Amino acid sequence: MAHGNEAAGHGNHDGPPKGLVRWLTTTNHKDIGTMYLVFSLAMFLIGGLMALAIRAELFQPGLQFVNPSFFNQLTTVHALVMVFGAVMPATVGLANWMIPLQIGAADMALPRMNLFSFWLLFFAFMLLISTFFVPGGAPAAGWTLYPPLVLQTGTAFPMAIFAIHMMGASSIMGAINVIVTIVNMRAPGMTLLKMPLFSWSWLITAYLLIAVMPVFAGGVTMLLTDYYFQTSFFNAAGGGDPVLFQHVFWFFGHPEVYIMILPAFGIISEIIPTFSRKPIFGYEAMVYAIASIAFLSFIVWAHHMFTVGMPLAGQLFFTLSTMLIAVPTGVKVFNWTTTMWRGSLSFEPPMLFALAFLFLFTIGGFSGLMLAIAPADFQYHDTYFVVAHFHYVLVPGAVFGIMAAVYYWLPKWTGHMYDMTLAKWHFWLTAIFVNVLFFPQHFLGLAGMQRRIPDYPTQFTDWNMVSSIGGFGFGLSQLLFVWVIIRCVKGGQRATAGVWDWPHGLEWTVPSPAPYHTFEKAPELH
Amino acid sequence: MSIVKRNSKLPAVAGALAALTTLPAHADWSLLNMPKGVSELSRGNYDMHMIMLWICFAIAVVTFGAMIFAMIRFRKSRGAVADTKLLHNARLEAAWTLVPTVILIAMAIPSVEKLIKIEDMSGSELTVKITGYQWYWQYEYLGKQVSFYSRLARTSDLARQRGSGIDPNTVENYLLEVDKPLVVPTGTKIRLLLTANDVIHAWWVPDFGMKRDAIPGFMNEMWISVDADKPGTYRGKCAELCGADHGFMPIVVVAKPKPEFEAWLAQQQVTE
Repeated sequence: MAHGNEAAGHGNHDGPPKGLVRWLTTTNHKDIGTMYLVFSLAMFLIGGLMALAIRAELFQPGLQFVNPSFFNQLTTVHALVMVFGAVMPATVGLANWMIPLQIGAADMALPRMNLFSFWLLFFAFMLLISTFFVPGGAPAAGWTLYPPLVLQTGTAFPMAIFAIHMMGASSIMGAINVIVTIVNMRAPGMTLLKMPLFSWSWLITAYLLIAVMPVFAGGVTMLLTDYYFQTSFFNAAGGGDPVLFQHVFWFFGHPEVYIMILPAFGIISEIIPTFSRKPIFGYEAMVYAIASIAFLSFIVWAHHMFTVGMPLAGQLFFTLSTMLIAVPTGVKVFNWTTTMWRGSLSFEPPMLFALAFLFLFTIGGFSGLMLAIAPADFQYHDTYFVVAHFHYVLVPGAVFGIMAAVYYWLPKWTGHMYDMTLAKWHFWLTAIFVNVLFFPQHFLGLAGMQRRIPDYPTQFTDWNMVSSIGGFGFGLSQLLFVWVIIRCVKGGQRATAGVWDWPHGLEWTVPSPAPYHTFEKAPELH
Repeated sequence: MSIVKRNSKLPAVAGALAALTTLPAHADWSLLNMPKGVSELSRGNYDMHMIMLWICFAIAVVTFGAMIFAMIRFRKSRGAVADTKLLHNARLEAAWTLVPTVILIAMAIPSVEKLIKIEDMSGSELTVKITGYQWYWQYEYLGKQVSFYSRLARTSDLARQRGSGIDPNTVENYLLEVDKPLVVPTGTKIRLLLTANDVIHAWWVPDFGMKRDAIPGFMNEMWISVDADKPGTYRGKCAELCGADHGFMPIVVVAKPKPEFEAWLAQQQVTE
């Protein structure tokens, strides 16, 4: 490693240009990774504000703050922003920062495309969020965009679809970049089965993205032609079928949930060994488990649609295939647990988030198993039980994974240790409130409260109040997260190259903060 | 001693508990689980739900138990030293792949028989066609010349307007009352044909254990029944997002003993 920390002073070869130009023109994977992460945090806060508006309205029965159509806009855009704006870009940001550092590459393989895909994403979201201000308001048919309802959207309709196309193109470009980088730019001696699990999880995620994003793009384009060009893909009066859209959507939508969770699996597989001070248990099984989950994710989509009136054989097939996903997922959970077994555990903030992930994601997995059983699903479908389920896998699942990653790699990025006490406060508040927020929603759903409603019968009041209190607690706790990050960027105790007690992997061999250019000469593996 | 370091969460726990205790006194904490319902079908689905719940609970006890044990036993602060040789164990890994596979298939098997029953529409004695509209329902008793619309009751509709000044808690069956309920006979297998006029809706009464989508241009079917000894009023709502007033198109079903139902039907035929 020829570079020291003073690299920034060496003129335009080693250091970035100053000011705004740096961020508009950079092709450096670390800069682009930072932009993705900052963007994702901003979207997490914006999507969170929408969630708080939803929880405020649902605090008690009756309509207090918003009218029903605006409520539907909030739920729809909250989901789109959180899925495509917060969780996915966060994992892309982590991929940008960490994959080259983990595999010993100098940068991503396609740096200009990398920058393009970020700015495409940025403008996609400006467009999507601007739909709140056009006649008819934002899309209000749910993030699933089911026709015919979605065809009742106003001026926002083509804007939302164009935004989806842009974010889809951005995701596909990001995925191509990851695959090309990993396939071609690994340091000599880093065979695929020596690669860190975070990079592995992203390699598989990238294939999922390339496989399903075009399907989604196709589906929304068919909506567009139905709307403007009198085609009848989804219009029964013209010989089409509204349910066809649901099949297309979920053929994309189910792999999409794994696109969000697989990188988190990779992160947890990095963190648990570090703070157990021993290597991951069953490395190869972990790789095969991710691959199996990815494969199975393509053949389970219609479990989101048990109530559309499928043939019996279809219901049985999708019940069984869905339950099979629990097998490789179980392997992962058992391997993580065994990694801790006979380890030497310490509980720094990344490990705390990883452990909370282990427990709470598993709870989300259990409710997923229950939902897979078609006869029981006839009761659960479209109730708050489903809302509780997917928030358990997405918030204490994917989002906790991302927060764990931030606390794990932040010293590597900034060169400073963050305030461990504040970070632990952030963890405990987040972990407690996330349960206050989402656990009661299981009860609400089972007791019969359907989802996507701004107002509810009075017997649901109590648990909704609890859930809303949890929601505000959770939301406010995230300000602490932002504060910890800002303070860490500005200063703090200097971080060593290894940062943690038991660092493992190439990223811990470069100084902290990681110099602007790393691994210009491929590292030697031993 | 292992929990000494967790003091930092205490204020938050105290806060959450304080929030819980300030809840209003009319709390109905019994609303925690799926209703058993009033038909063979709903009890079947309830049983399926409870089987799954208990199996998941058992798996949770084992896996969470192992995790918690590891977190307590193998702490660095207790002087635990990592055994860096523990990397693979083919037998163990094979076991926790195969055993769950068997458990999962065993879980799916009871659902087969239930699904076959759910999808079997034969032997129904009455067919009602249900059409979803934005935002009300239409019920047609096929072959009986009886048809009517069913909308949110006026009392709820007034109270639910923003700034109405009416406390929903003072409205009886808030959002669960209609101007004219569906009336069905008890002890009868009733076939429901479902469709919609504009967007997709879903017809769901939790006590009957079933919901199914009403899709414009297509005809879905499902069946319901109410135990002969359980006449009464059963309430549900539209369960598929259908636009602004999705939350305001309830379903009310009054189940009457057969003779009373026949009398009701005859009277309807006269008034039509």
